[in-house]
Parts: sequence; C-alpha cells; structure tokens
Amino acid sequence: MMRYSIFSLARNALTGHKDWQAVWRSPEPRPGYDVIVLGAGGHGLATAYYLAKEHGITNVAVLEKGWLGGGNTGRNTTIIRSNYLQDPSIAIYELSRSLYEDLSQELNYNMMFSPRGVLMLCQTEHEFRAFKRTAHANRLAGLDCRMVTPAEVKEIVPIINDDPTCRYPILGAYYQPRGGTGRHDAVAWGYARGADALGVDIIQNCEVTGIQRDGGKVVGLETTRGVIKTPKIAVVTAGHVSTIMDMAGVRMPIESLCLQALVSEPIKPVIDCVVMANTVHGYISQSDKGELVIGGGTDPYNNYSQRGSFPSLEHTVTALVETFPIISRLRMLRMWGGIVDMTGDRSPIIGKTPVDGLYVNCGWGTGGFKAIPGSGFVFADTVANDRPHQIAEAFSMDRFREGRLIDESVAAAVAH
Amino acid sequence: MLTVTCPVCGAQGDETDFHGGGQAHVRRPATHDPSNISDEEQRDYLFIRHNPKGLHFERWRCDRGCGKWFHAARDTVTMEFKAFYGITELPPEELMKQAKGPWAEYFAKAIKARAKA
Repeated sequence: MMRYSIFSLARNALTGHKDWQAVWRSPEPRPGYDVIVLGAGGHGLATAYYLAKEHGITNVAVLEKGWLGGGNTGRNTTIIRSNYLQDPSIAIYELSRSLYEDLSQELNYNMMFSPRGVLMLCQTEHEFRAFKRTAHANRLAGLDCRMVTPAEVKEIVPIINDDPTCRYPILGAYYQPRGGTGRHDAVAWGYARGADALGVDIIQNCEVTGIQRDGGKVVGLETTRGVIKTPKIAVVTAGHVSTIMDMAGVRMPIESLCLQALVSEPIKPVIDCVVMANTVHGYISQSDKGELVIGGGTDPYNNYSQRGSFPSLEHTVTALVETFPIISRLRMLRMWGGIVDMTGDRSPIIGKTPVDGLYVNCGWGTGGFKAIPGSGFVFADTVANDRPHQIAEAFSMDRFREGRLIDESVAAAVAH
Repeated sequence: MLTVTCPVCGAQGDETDFHGGGQAHVRRPATHDPSNISDEEQRDYLFIRHNPKGLHFERWRCDRGCGKWFHAARDTVTMEFKAFYGITELPPEELMKQAKGPWAEYFAKAIKARAKA
C-alpha cells in the first residue's frame, strides 16, 4: 500500500499526479473464504478491517451489491456523539467516538474528524428534564458532557433564535464538546484501503441471491458472480437486512424506512458546531464547503426506494427556520434518502443468529454513522470468537424475546 | 408523495391526510388464547415485522376524513398502492397470490382458515 504523507504528495506532484495507485484492488471472487462480510458500507468494511487486524483472519471477502460506501454510509449527516441514555449504548457509542479520535492516523487516511461539539437543544420543559436525566446518566458513565444555559447556547450558536416568547423557546441545551462530525465517504474509503492492504478482498457489484445451509449451518453463498463457499457469514446490510435474513429463514424485528437529508447552497461560516433540535424535529451543521447539512425524521412507512416524501422534508425545514431564522431565504441544493433499519427499541442488533455461522449487525436505524468504528470492532470480535463481545452482549437478538429492551427511542436526540 | 383513498368513506388525499399504522394483519396472541402464550409468540407479535422489498400489506387511518382504520397493499419499491380494503378483510385474491416470503406463508394459512370457516 502506498503510504500517504507530505513526501508522497510532493513526489506525485512532480510527476503530475499520474502515478497514484488504486486505493484498493478489485479482485475476482475466490472459490471460498474463512469469513464473508455482506455489505461494503462503513460497518461492513470496519468489521473486515478489524477481523484482519485484531484477529489475524485475512482470508475475508466483503461482498457489495452496488458500490462501496454507496448506501447509508454516504447518505448520512456525519454526526458523531455518544451521549445516549442507557449503559450498553453509552459503552458502544463511546468506544466508537474514541476510536474516531485517532482513526485518521491509524488508517493513514484523513477522516476529517472534527470534534466541534454537539448541542442538543431543550425547547420544552419536558425535554429539559429528559436531557438532564441523560446528563446525569452520562456523567456516572464518565462521559464529558454537560448542560448549558440559554445564554451559553447563544454564545456557542449566535444565529439561534433566542426570543423567549417564541413557540419553542431555548430553555437550555445538552452539550457534548467532544462530539462532532467526520467525512463520511472517507470513513468507508479509509477502512476499505486498510482492509485491502491486510489482504481482504472487496468485491463490488456482487449481489447475494441465496444462503447455502447444511443441517442448520452456513456453508456458502449464491451470488450473481457464482457460488462462494464459507463457514461464516457476517450480515451488515442495514436497510436490506430483512431481505438477506429471509434467505436463511431468520425473521427480523426490523422495519426499513426512508430517512432524508438535504444541503443548502454554500454560505460563509455561520455555525461551528452541530445543533440538534428534537422538539421541532431537525438538526443542522455546516460542512467545510459551507453548505448547511440538514436532517430530520424518517418517513412513517416502509420504503426501499431511497426516495423520501416531500412532506417530511418540508416539516424538517419548517422546524429549522423557526429555530434559525437566518436560513429562511437559503436555497436548498440537493436532497437524498437512505433506507434505515429500525428496531422496536431503536437500538442495534449485534451477534449470533439461530443459524450456525450466520452473524448479524443491523438495526442502527437513523444513527449508524457515529457507531462505525466501535460496531466493526465488537462485531469482528464476535465473529472471530463465535461468541458475543462483552459490549455486544446486551445487543443480542434474544433481548426481544426476553423483554430486555435497550430503549433509546426517547433518549435519541431526534425522535424517530 | 403518496395518494391514498379511504375504502370506508371514499376520501382521497395525500399522506399527510392519513396516518400510516405499520404492518397489517398482526394477530395479538393474548386475544385468542390468553392462558397459553410463549415468549416467542409475544416477541413475534410485538417486534418481528414483515419487511419485504416489494408487495407489502399495511394499516392506514383516515385522519382527516371518517377516522376509520383500513388496510392497504403497497409496493415498497415503486410506492404504488395496489389496493385499499376493509380492516376486517383479506386483500384481493390476486394480490394474495403475488405475495412472497413471510406474507405468502401468512396468506396460505389465512385462506385455509377461511375455507374451514
């Protein structure tokens, strides 16, 4: 692998940037692998990378129906934070956030991790109390988070509407200064490059059409590029997880919904942190290019089309205009949708399945990007050792049978 | 934007005039046999969902019309509604035949039960 540095940049500048190597290979699938990861998004690629790096399992393939990082990894609003309410959630999201801190150095690929702070507004008395509760839970868990006053909010985000008589006044906010944003595509590309360098085959344009089993155990995959044998399949296909698991006869507690995001025309810097406004249902940050990156809630019905409805977008933008009057005359440049996999308790599912050799990592719903490094780390450990990683244990599928839910639907910064 | 028609009062409107209520034909085990419910049945009722890519059956409510709940068949890729039908009814015969995966299993059982009755 070509190492990126100031020297490699200078050397390639002298030759007119014509000698850069491809960042990863595009190999033909081999007849068999030790582990096959389904889905080359952030979570899948991170899983493959940690399988190779932490567990020495390098005979691994990552199969991708479309192109690498073309699903939700390339469609989110890049927010990274870990201030969830429940202990299992705090453990995995904080592992993830802390891995993000030096991921660029580890992978020698610039993730543009920007810990610019995440501010979650309290716009009703109820919301204020709920976030205060989360703040206490987070402090007990050792997270660096705190409640801030309306005056501090105005100082951190000068463009915010601080009129105390408006419909949803700012009563305070819950602030995680170490949260922020990252470059979403770079996370997929960096993990892909890292995994490829360790010997992992990334095979794009390869759709799975069937899962071969022998006596309740996985033996291989039927794909559009032939049959591939493997004793272990790690399914990380987000919105399409139900369609894959149906092939193995495993029924999932998942519904696939469309979540939309949009960006405005680029403007000069107006906001240097991430602001989430739960009550009015929208969140906003500004990209390095100057575009305001805006997201909201999901469309309320099943959808595989990667296209959302206009009423949802209108709802999101309407909400943000009240909170940030300055954006009222901005034109929106682009909007898009991703298909998110929602569980009943809005927490992910990580672990083994009733089929031997079949593992699943899904249900990240509307908040998967922030979890990529931690999710890949614990899932690789789970797959390599055929037992749940300590942090993954609470996220097993059995919790729905046992009633041991990890309820984050109220604690999430934006209601789903 | 979805255009929905209420099969009860005939009102037509977009998705903001109606309310999506998730998967149709979910059977609550406790209603039928309260003394004999396994953890698996209760899990399936509360959490397991048919999530097909293609033909799907779901519940909607006529929010700004008659206020009644009803059923709809919709394709989750093209977003096209295939049928609207009453809350106590099964979908039209040809749609039950087109259904795949878990839905095909469900309708095969439902048709058998209907024939018995």
